[in-house]
Amino acid sequence: MMMIDPVILTLFLPLFGAIAAFVLPRAAAWVGLLAVLATGGAVAALVRDVLAAGEVVTQLGGWAPPLGIALRADGLSVAMLAMTAGVGLLVSIGALDSLRDLRERQYFWPLWLLLLTGMNGVYLGTDIFNLYVMIEVIALAAVGLTVLSGTKQAVRAGLEYMYASILGALLFLMGVGFVYLQTGRLDFAGLIAAEPSGAMSAALALMVVGLLLKTALFPLHFWLPAAHANATAPASALLSGLVVKAALYIFLRLTTYMPLPDEILVTLIGMLGAGAVLWGGVQALRAERLKLLVAWSTVVQIGLIFIAFARAGQVGLSESWKAAALLILAHGVAKSAMFLAAGRIKDEIGHDRIADLDKSDIRPTLAQFTFALAAISIIGLPPSLGFIGKWTLMEGAMAAGYWHWVAVTMIGTLMSVAYFSRVFAGFLRFDRMRGELAEHKGWALADAAPLTLAIAAISLGLMAAPILSFIELGYPFGAQ
Amino acid sequence: MTPDLIYGLTGIAVFAIGLVGALCAQDRLRRVLALKLCSVGAGFVLVVAAWRSPPADPDPVPHALVITGIVVMVSATAVALALIRRLQTLEAEDDDD
Repeated sequence: MMMIDPVILTLFLPLFGAIAAFVLPRAAAWVGLLAVLATGGAVAALVRDVLAAGEVVTQLGGWAPPLGIALRADGLSVAMLAMTAGVGLLVSIGALDSLRDLRERQYFWPLWLLLLTGMNGVYLGTDIFNLYVMIEVIALAAVGLTVLSGTKQAVRAGLEYMYASILGALLFLMGVGFVYLQTGRLDFAGLIAAEPSGAMSAALALMVVGLLLKTALFPLHFWLPAAHANATAPASALLSGLVVKAALYIFLRLTTYMPLPDEILVTLIGMLGAGAVLWGGVQALRAERLKLLVAWSTVVQIGLIFIAFARAGQVGLSESWKAAALLILAHGVAKSAMFLAAGRIKDEIGHDRIADLDKSDIRPTLAQFTFALAAISIIGLPPSLGFIGKWTLMEGAMAAGYWHWVAVTMIGTLMSVAYFSRVFAGFLRFDRMRGELAEHKGWALADAAPLTLAIAAISLGLMAAPILSFIELGYPFGAQ
Repeated sequence: MTPDLIYGLTGIAVFAIGLVGALCAQDRLRRVLALKLCSVGAGFVLVVAAWRSPPADPDPVPHALVITGIVVMVSATAVALALIRRLQTLEAEDDDD
């Protein structure tokens, strides 16, 4: 029997699934779930292959780069694929239950599978033009998910998101044009081989600014809070947990292959991260709605990931990407759990005003518990994966003597305790509701998905050592 | 000034004009058009990358890239225009209430 390459399957299963879910709208949910499951199986096969071989390279159509396009899986890319598949599967299960509107049920699945195609394409791509196409696919699918609920706020936020996303992609494309003009090739190996020059620096600058806009690093985060807060719960979970990670991942790869030419730039990126941590923290403290608070916490966490990147300056970059990657994985799992839980709370009590959380006669206890568990990982308490990520960040910064990054991380952690406490206080003030509590509505399938994710976010911390050694497989060599 | 330099600088200038528009314009439609200008500018730069001084044949790869870029931008424009229309309808309904 002929086996199809799992790299190909990882890319094409969700694409065909998206088409099938679109042409079979009545069966969309089951087609979608099946496609996500099958993609998860392909990723599992990739995990096995990468554990055995360190890296897997597939040349599409048998054409070798620079003319052909190669897909490449190594430890980091497969870790991202696995995170996407796992989070995606659980969000899908949650979406089965929580999407009530017929139109939402119908269009969620094709858009989400298209998004999955784009994400997998980014993690497997080795060709910067291909990456441009994939980030556009992600952008279009993500905007579709943002406006899924069809409310005025959601459409308005989605349009802002669209402008930012397309502009980011076009800046990236301009950088790609410069690279081709300079080197005549588009694969990562061409970037490594390129002589440093003014044009290559300009190309890198264009691509990095484009990616920062798409990943919403302060001060280019302006589109994120409204877009993530106004989407329906499963869409918010996908947008915040997964989508912003694609641009972050490209940033990590690019800066490995085209090192930032100056120490000042590394510091500048860390400074922007610090700005995100402080500004996002203040805004989260001021937010009046639960989902908006969670969205601002994403801005903070993105900032933290860039501080991890810059923690030990230019010489430390060969190690710092690991701290950033750990935080990316931790945030992906925990934030999707948190957004799903926030969506459940909003569904059950009918609003998400933080000040009135304690005045409801319904107590969605399981969702509140899930929210708290996810917050443990995002705040960075042991033994969660978020804690390991923050610890790795601070360890590296201390070893390099860069105490300012430790200080910013500490301040950010304290602020996150403060703004999540605003929510916990609402969960715990039982005395505010004098009347009879309404009957508990019982467990729902939509509670199971975020709870599983939140437990995973905490328990993955215990597996940090294997995860760390896994993401190093095949890296950073073999861009051939 | 060689032709490729003239075209390259034009491309960068067009991109810059689009960038300013995308960041500063207030009107929704103008911002979409500004983004389209950006994509035209980026396309210009890619086409310049294909240019070889005659009699050498031009490099076909950037042409393929530009066509892909045009297709992507057509879809993106369609989505943006659909969103703008939808938003206008929603806002008009609100005004009626």
